[in-house]
Amino acid sequence: MSSPAETGPPRYVITAENLTKSYGDVTAVDGISFRVPAGEAFGLLGPNGAGKSTTMKMIGGVSQRTSGSLSIMGLDPEQHGPEVRAHLGVVPQQDNLDEELRVRDNLLVYGRYFGLPMSYLRPKADELLEFAQLTDKAKSKVDALSGGMKRRLTIARSLINEPRILLLDEPTTGLDPQARHILWDRLFRLKEQGVTLILTTHYMDEAEQLCDRLIVVDKGRIMAEGSPASLIREYSTREVLELRFGSERNATIGAELEGIGERIETLPDRVLIYAHDGEAALEQVSVRGLRPVTSLVRRSSLEDVFLRLTGRSLVD
Amino acid sequence: MTKPLHVQTTTAAPALRAHSPEVSAARARRWGAFYYAEQVLRVMKGYGWTIVMYGVGQPVAYLFAMGVGLATLVQANGAGVFGGVSYLTFIAPALLISSAVMTAANEFTFPVMDGFKWRRVYYGPHASPLTPEQIAGGQIIAVTVRFLLQSAIYFAVVALFGASPGAWGWVSILVATLAGLSFGLPLMAYAATIKEDKGQFAMVMRFIVMPLFLFSGTFFPLDTLPLAVRWIGWISPIWHGTELGRVFSYGYEESPLLTVAHVAFLLALAAAGWVLTRRQFAKRMAS
Repeated sequence: MSSPAETGPPRYVITAENLTKSYGDVTAVDGISFRVPAGEAFGLLGPNGAGKSTTMKMIGGVSQRTSGSLSIMGLDPEQHGPEVRAHLGVVPQQDNLDEELRVRDNLLVYGRYFGLPMSYLRPKADELLEFAQLTDKAKSKVDALSGGMKRRLTIARSLINEPRILLLDEPTTGLDPQARHILWDRLFRLKEQGVTLILTTHYMDEAEQLCDRLIVVDKGRIMAEGSPASLIREYSTREVLELRFGSERNATIGAELEGIGERIETLPDRVLIYAHDGEAALEQVSVRGLRPVTSLVRRSSLEDVFLRLTGRSLVD
Repeated sequence: MTKPLHVQTTTAAPALRAHSPEVSAARARRWGAFYYAEQVLRVMKGYGWTIVMYGVGQPVAYLFAMGVGLATLVQANGAGVFGGVSYLTFIAPALLISSAVMTAANEFTFPVMDGFKWRRVYYGPHASPLTPEQIAGGQIIAVTVRFLLQSAIYFAVVALFGASPGAWGWVSILVATLAGLSFGLPLMAYAATIKEDKGQFAMVMRFIVMPLFLFSGTFFPLDTLPLAVRWIGWISPIWHGTELGRVFSYGYEESPLLTVAHVAFLLALAAAGWVLTRRQFAKRMAS
């Protein structure tokens, strides 16, 4: 492809400046700013209650901000709600399919909200059921579907208007590993088609798999921003040595490990030693005569980035 | 750049394209409430048979029990108070109106709770170009369709019983629909404020709908009641609807001013309910 977009300035589909949302005294989103160019997979990573879903609702044009500015496809969602929402596909955190309608009817009905004619919707619904691997469930009742199937149906529903921006709020929470992988595969395909993906997650592996770039959010603020690889480079070491000494000793062993690796993090169930070379660090541990119950050398992940930034784990 | 082989292998099929987001938004702004009404009616179709049976079964049971059974007793004791018509003719409009109001008490309560809380069905369309006001409006349009259908069936049964002698009797179908909305819309506004179901709807049924049903001149003229309870009728959509229904179905004589007042009362209540419902839907969904 030789489109001028490659050389010209990036076209931002979403621009947020100092976005803030308060509920009474509680500030759920505390002045965050970010920009998302077209075609990017952009993630909001953070623990539950970090303000991710609230941010998503504001982007989705269904929740009013307290202050700051927000523009989606150049439009303010508070001034042009229907116009903004017509550009979007939304996968909410909680499935809100119509359980009284059959699987395929859920897609048809949703498409009608966009004023799409049945002549378009009927073949499109079949195409999306195929995409979501639900063709043989087309006539089933929604409550007969498994959690993973419902999630895929919700994603299929969000695509009925062929949105160029897809908002996914915790898309795989509550799904088993196999269902998650099927879902990720579908999202990859959308990305290949140039759909801009905005997703929130508290799973670091999901963020690493899907996101080109992400912001780490905690308590309504942005802690860091970058690609998964650059965040890991910046905030963590190449490798991590995980040691378990048993729950009583984990807490006290820290002093004895002093000086090994670049940084030591003591968690209730294990001790993490951040080092460029994990195996070398493990050798030093045994040289000091310390015998962990188990040891594991792994690559650094976004989980480590989050721990470094906030002193807490992502998933408690 | 090499062309990826796995993408777009089926080129024969004609391209299926959605219209632009601008078109979607423009259509939704104009027709959104009807789009949502379509969804509610689709769901209603799932229990359509129940609606029809309710529409037919209830009048048959009531008309038979009251109009045939009770009537023999009532008419023997003083047919004069019923304006010279049979007891059946007297209560038929009242039962038609009451039936619509009772349907309103169901359709504008539990489904609203379902929309906001139980199954959160409002939040699907809420993410689409539809506005909260249109979602409320769509539900009202769909229930209005149900009122019309149910009242038409009811009226047909009444007519079969020969209990609607006047030429304008069919207008009571519209009156019943209006009465249903005038009771239902304020109730919908209230239902939209409820965060937790603590049996409020059962209370509404027991302490509002039932007294209104009994003391709205349904089974006997309102002026036979002592003044102390007659006010219940005056504020009751069932009474205003019933009096109107009687005017149309058998030419019940009342001052034309009063007839206008009935219509005005019902319209005012419905309009107030609509304003409050819109406001409450917008407020609750924007938080």
